[in-house]
This record gives sequence, structure tokens and C-alpha cells, in this order.
Amino acid sequence: MRDMLARPENLYMYWKELLRQMNGIGVGSLIIVGVISLFVGAVTALQFAYQMGTTFFPDYLIGFIVRDTMIIELAPTLSGLVLAGKVGSNMASELGTMRISEQIDALEIMGVNPNGYLVMPKIIAAIFIVPPLIVLAAMLGIYGGYWAAENYGISPANYQKGLLYLFDPFNVVIMTVKSVIFAFLIASVACYQGFYVKGGALDIGRASTRAVVYGSILVIFFDYIVALVLT
Amino acid sequence: MNPFYHVGRFTVMVGRIFNKPESSTMYWKELLRQMNQIGVESVPIIAMVAMFIGAVTAIQFAYQIQDFLVPLYYVGFIVRDSMIIEMAPTVSCMILAGKVGSNIASELGNMRITSQIDAMEIMGINTPGYLLGTKIIAALITIPALIVVAAFVGIIGGMLATVLSDISTLQEYERGLRAFFVPFNVRLMLTKGVVFSLLLTTVSCYQGYHVEGGAIEIGQASTRAVVLSNILILIADYFIAFTLLK
Amino acid sequence: MIEVKDLKKSFDDKAILKGISTSFEAGKTNLIIGTSGSGKTVFVKCLVGLLTPTSGSISYDGIEFTSLSQREKKEIRTKIGMLFQGSALFDSMTVEENVMFPLNMFSKMTSKEKVERVNFCLERVNLVGANKKYPAEISGGMMKRVGIARAIVLNPKYLFCDEPNSGLDPKTALVIDELLSDITHEYNMTTIINTHDMNSVMGMGEKIVFLHQGYKEWEGNRHELLESDNETLYDFIFASEFLKELRKGAGKSIKLGK
Repeated sequence: MRDMLARPENLYMYWKELLRQMNGIGVGSLIIVGVISLFVGAVTALQFAYQMGTTFFPDYLIGFIVRDTMIIELAPTLSGLVLAGKVGSNMASELGTMRISEQIDALEIMGVNPNGYLVMPKIIAAIFIVPPLIVLAAMLGIYGGYWAAENYGISPANYQKGLLYLFDPFNVVIMTVKSVIFAFLIASVACYQGFYVKGGALDIGRASTRAVVYGSILVIFFDYIVALVLT
Repeated sequence: MNPFYHVGRFTVMVGRIFNKPESSTMYWKELLRQMNQIGVESVPIIAMVAMFIGAVTAIQFAYQIQDFLVPLYYVGFIVRDSMIIEMAPTVSCMILAGKVGSNIASELGNMRITSQIDAMEIMGINTPGYLLGTKIIAALITIPALIVVAAFVGIIGGMLATVLSDISTLQEYERGLRAFFVPFNVRLMLTKGVVFSLLLTTVSCYQGYHVEGGAIEIGQASTRAVVLSNILILIADYFIAFTLLK
Repeated sequence: MIEVKDLKKSFDDKAILKGISTSFEAGKTNLIIGTSGSGKTVFVKCLVGLLTPTSGSISYDGIEFTSLSQREKKEIRTKIGMLFQGSALFDSMTVEENVMFPLNMFSKMTSKEKVERVNFCLERVNLVGANKKYPAEISGGMMKRVGIARAIVLNPKYLFCDEPNSGLDPKTALVIDELLSDITHEYNMTTIINTHDMNSVMGMGEKIVFLHQGYKEWEGNRHELLESDNETLYDFIFASEFLKELRKGAGKSIKLGK
């Protein structure tokens, strides 16, 4: 891993690879993160309305709860889990295939630092592109909640009242901190698993499953740590 | 390729699962092997994740309600209900989509490209039944059980976090656990478990069984399996919530 | 005896097999040769029913195969053994479990009889002492042997081999060829081997079918092969200048086979 900090051979090539990765990770995950957060927001609204049905909470708290839950917890963590599945397994199998088909050896023979050229752009791209994805996820989740609340019979005005109620900007800081940490964890674990694959096609599959599993566990574990430290 | 092609091929695949097994002992053995692989081997990750989810839910709910006059025992109540209704089934199945789904897709994909599936076909074995049917049934049995475990462990996680972070006393948390309990929620959880496990195994089987090409295509199939399962799980989650909670 | 009449197969609009008629006799090693892309693999896959032909007929000892129902096809398939190019061993099972797999699925033998049968087959392919190993732990030549043992464990009447020599060194390839040839004669099987290895062709080709661009270009035995004045066949066999020189030097009196 320390190798990847060595001086790049040709900055322009690295820059191109970085842009390619940002496109792959960011644009490639837009749809799945979007669809998922829309539905997560909707489910949160429905289930909170249902849970509170038995108690004495006012209607408008649904908007408040959806907003805060999405920002603090669901947008970063669920998107993190989904990205661990998509981006993680993708990176691990891409690097694994390059390892098995001796492409990584070929780079090394050419004098290119494979750690720096293949791994570094992936991690940097993830750190830059995942936080905006998560901001988008939070917004879509809040919109999904709005849509579901309306279907459930809660007036849009009340939902909006809840959305504006007691907003704490610090929560956005929590979300951003989480997303940067998760991005780093997912990308570095997946690259590690993929980069050191040995064997054949079956082992690439195993590495990609391991990337997803370890990525998910670390996401949830650090979710806990961040919650403990920041709240 | 057009969606009708996939729908058609998927239907054929599922249809072929329902055939008389060539040898019930061999199918039974394979079922047990799959139950071990899908169920038993996922216990540690599911338990670990549920533990932290429960803890996070408790901490963050306490943080969210600190400005309100909400009684502290509500933490136990919220953790219990969130775990049962939402976190245990949905988050566990998303994790399982990552672990089991990508595993199934890459195992089947590898069997396909190395002709192991063809070899079984030549022998006269109904491969959808032997390879896919056993996986789907194994998941239908073990995943709901895993979700029950997740709910329990999550509630314990919430308890540990509540007590360790001095949110409230153990007695308060326990009082919350017993407050407003609706047995229907457990049925909701199990329904979700069955639906989600069906979705994630059939999707992953489909992706893996129809791989063409080489190692790169196996990787793509396994990523597609994870992504599609996750999306379908959350869409189904919404519709179940919508129909059953009305 | 397998008879093929006017077999055609196309994918979308691309015709791969353009009408092939031939027959393969029992107790003989039948070879299908041709360049890569000539349709060999598709032809074999059609024969065993992994692909459904567009038109034409395939009959196994008089039973028309293409029009059978799935269940009746299964019946015939239990009489077919196949050795795959990459051996296609099940990698979650040991060598012994691999060979025993068809027995477990289809035979009514007791477990003692199964073990005896498996050991007999493994001895027949000269593979002793690897029973408990996994496919990932043995060499390519050994994997081929396990593949053959698995293919013959149910006493098939028909044996198909897809490029049995690919990825093997010339010496191991020769051993596998001899093994296939011996087994064919010993059990009077109809063996069909898909290959482009000229050593196999000369070594064991009792009947050779040469496919070229989707047509059957030529058929005959290995002795007739070098006598043939078919231009395309000549180009295929003497692909290297070295061999062409050799043939010129030796005239047409090269001694063939054993």
C-alpha cells in the first residue's frame, strides 16, 4: 500500500485514469443510489407514520424524522452498503482479472508503478465522488418520504413544516464525514482484495465477495464509531 | 438487449426448476450444503452488522430526541420496532445480497464458463433443479431465520449502547422493549424475509447461470447480481410496507 | 452408430453449419477435424443436444434424437459420456466424488459397488492414489484422466471428446490418445473426438471428417488422408512449410500410424 504514494511517472496519464474512475464510480452508481434512496425515504415515512400511529406524536414530525434519519443515517450508511456491493465488487473483480491475466505484471515490467496507477486513482476518485452521491441520496430520500407521506394521507404542508423544523446544520457535517470515511474504506478494501488475487476465475469471485463483505462490515462499524464520537 | 428477452429466459429458467429430481439423496445433500453455505456461514457477518445497527439506532434516536420532551424509555421501543420492521430484514438482506448474491453468481458463472454445467446436462441432470432449486430453497429456509437472529442481536446492541453511553438505565430500556408491542410486526418481518430471499437468490442465479465469456463477465455478472438484488429488495420493501401498513 | 443427415445450424442470421451428412460407427475412433471457426464445436454440441439444430436429423442407433422430448433425451444422455476441453471437473468435489457423481445420480448400486466401480474406472485410466484430491490440486493431464473416468463410469455407448489434447504436452497428449483409443475398442463404444492435433489424426483416426466453413469438405480414414488431392485438406494438414518440404522429400510413401 505504501508503494502507491511513490512519485507518478506521467501526471497526465494519472489524471486521465482518475477522471475515468470518477466517471465509473460516480455516474455508474447514480441510478442505483437514486432509486434506492427514493424508496428508503418512502419506507421511512410510511413506517414512522405507522410506528407513531399508536402514540401521541403530531403529524408534521414525519417530515422532521425523515429529514434527520436520511441525513444522519440512511443516506450515508445504506448508500455505503450499496456502494460496497457495486463499486467494491467491481473494483475487486477488475483488479483481480488484471492480476490473473498478468496485466499487472505487464505494467510492472514496463516500469509503471501498478499500485499508483491502478489503486490510487480509484481511492481518490471514490473520496471525491461518493460525498456528492450521498448528498443526492439524502435529497431524493426526503423527496421519497414526501411522496409516500402524501399517499399515506399526510398533507404536504405538514410534511414541509416538519422538514423546516429544528434543522441542525451539524448533521450535514456528520453525513459528509461518514461519506468520506466510507468511500475510503470501500475503495481501499476492494483494491486490496482484488490486487492480491491468486489462482483463477473462481478466486476472482471469492475476492469480490470478500471485498463486499469486509466493506459492508467496516462501513457499519465506522458508522457506529462516528455516531459515538460526533453525536 | 431487450427486457422481454430477459423475462422470457428468466421464466424458462424458473420453469425448469420444477422437475422431478433424478436422485432425492443427491438433491438433499446439495440442499444441506447450500443451507450451510448461505445460512450458517452468514451468521457472523449478520450478527456483527445487526449489533452495530442496533447500537447506532439507539445512539442516533437519543440524539434526535434530545430537544423534545420524549420519555427516555422510548429508546428501547424505537430500537425494537426499527429492528423488527425495517433494519433486521432490509439491512440484513442488503448485506446478504452482497455476500450470498455475489457468491452464487460467481460460483454459477464459473461453473458455466468451465463447462461444468454442460457436463451435468450431458449426464442428463436437470441443472436448474439441482443447482438453482437447492439454492433458492436453502435461502428461503435460512434467511428468515437469520433475520430473526439479526433482530435479537440488534436489540441487544441497542441495549449495550444505551447503557454504555449513559443514555438511560437498563430498566428504562427494558420498559421500552415491552411498550406498545404489536405481534403483527413480527409477521411483517418474516414476510419481508421470505420475499427478499426469493428476490436475491433468483436474481443472482439468473445472472450466474447465463454468463457467457470469461473471468471479466463473471465479475460483471456478480456485480449486476448485487446491484439488481439491492434495488429489488428496496422496491419490494416499499410495496410491502405500503400494502401491509395501510 | 450415429447418423447425421443434412444438419444445419445458424445463430441469428449467421449460418455456422450449412448441411452436414455423415455417420459414426461403433467401436471406432471417429475424428472431426478443421480449423478454428470451422464449426467443429457447434457440430459436437448439436450432436449431444447442448444446442438445438436449425434443421436436419441426428439418430442414435436408429432413434431420432432431435425430435425427442426432454425426458426421452435424458434417457439417451445417460448413455453418453463426454470429456470436455477444460475437463469440466466439479471443483467443489474431490476426484473420487467427481467420478462417483453420475453413479450417485443415476444408478441403484450399493455404496460398496459404487466405490468399486469408481476405483475400477480410475485404475483403467491409470490414476491411482489421487482419490481424495481436489481438481485444483492435480495437473492438467490428471484432470483429463479424471474426466475420462467420469465419462465412462456409467458404461456409455457413446463417448464425445472436445479437444482432448488441448493444453497438454505432446507426450501426455499421446498417452491420452492411446487411452481413448484403447477404451473405445475394449468397450465397443462410438467415440467422437473433436481435434486439430495432427498427431492424434495420424495416430488414431479410423474415420476422419474434415469440416471447412460449415461444410463437410472431406471424409475417410488416416491412410486415405495423405493420398487425397483435396486442396483445402492439403492446406490444413501441411500448414507449415517444414511439413510441406518433408512431404516433397518423402514423396507419397510416408508410413502412417503404428
